[in-house]
Amino acid sequence: MAQQALFLIMAVFTLGMALGTVTSRNIFHSALFLVGSFAGVAVIYFLLEAEFVGVAQIIIYIGAIATLIIFAIMLSRSVTGQNGSPMNRQWAFAALGAALLFAALAWLFSRVDFGSTAQPVPEDAIALIGAGLVTEYVIPFEVASILLLVALVGAILIARERHS
Amino acid sequence: MTSADYLPILILILIAAPFAGIAILLPSVLGPKNPNRMKQEAIESGMIPFADARRRFPVQYYMVAVLFIIFDIEVIFLFPWAVSLNQLKIFGLIEMGVFLGILLIGYLYVWKKGAFEWE
Repeated sequence: MAQQALFLIMAVFTLGMALGTVTSRNIFHSALFLVGSFAGVAVIYFLLEAEFVGVAQIIIYIGAIATLIIFAIMLSRSVTGQNGSPMNRQWAFAALGAALLFAALAWLFSRVDFGSTAQPVPEDAIALIGAGLVTEYVIPFEVASILLLVALVGAILIARERHS
Repeated sequence: MTSADYLPILILILIAAPFAGIAILLPSVLGPKNPNRMKQEAIESGMIPFADARRRFPVQYYMVAVLFIIFDIEVIFLFPWAVSLNQLKIFGLIEMGVFLGILLIGYLYVWKKGAFEWE
């Protein structure tokens, strides 16, 4: 019961923050709303007893991605005096695209059988994730490090070569 | 952990958030106000600002953020691995060694390019 109430509160909070992100007239405020939305999603992960994903959401999305987005905004334009309307000429097409995507996803979710009984979350879920990373999922794990390496080298190349 | 175990965090938020709000609201209602120019500086006793804070920032801040995000993700991968290291034995150690070795190449590249030095 309390869990249900907490979920509803967090769902409304997350959606409200997401709405603020797309309707805010100042892009910097949009970024701050997005951080709030990330936090709401993190709480929902904790409610699902997916602690590792929740902690990863906080550390990576709120800690790092949000910083990156805010730096990118401060890098690319002056934050004040650029309070353009978020509605441009393509808004109707964007709304149509979003509505179609929503309809497609809703149709998909109503068709797919996710299994009616949820398995209980094991006590040592984090240890299982760690074991999975170096046994069953070792290839994606090692590929992830190559992906990170490419991102690192690419960022240095783009930002520094032109710089000097 | 079940969600009941998070009750202390909820209680902490319920106490801390109003406390922070009161600490901001009460002085603005009760406190005396006689502002002058020096008092209204962003950091009153610090360096005198020389430009608007909301200007475009140098690309170096972005570089720091990119480096941070990559090593942040690395730490997230290290954490579950460290918890289960005892069962994984030598094979797990080698796998993580490969993972860290690939990232070490990137680290050395960044170091060699001088991205850690502030210009």
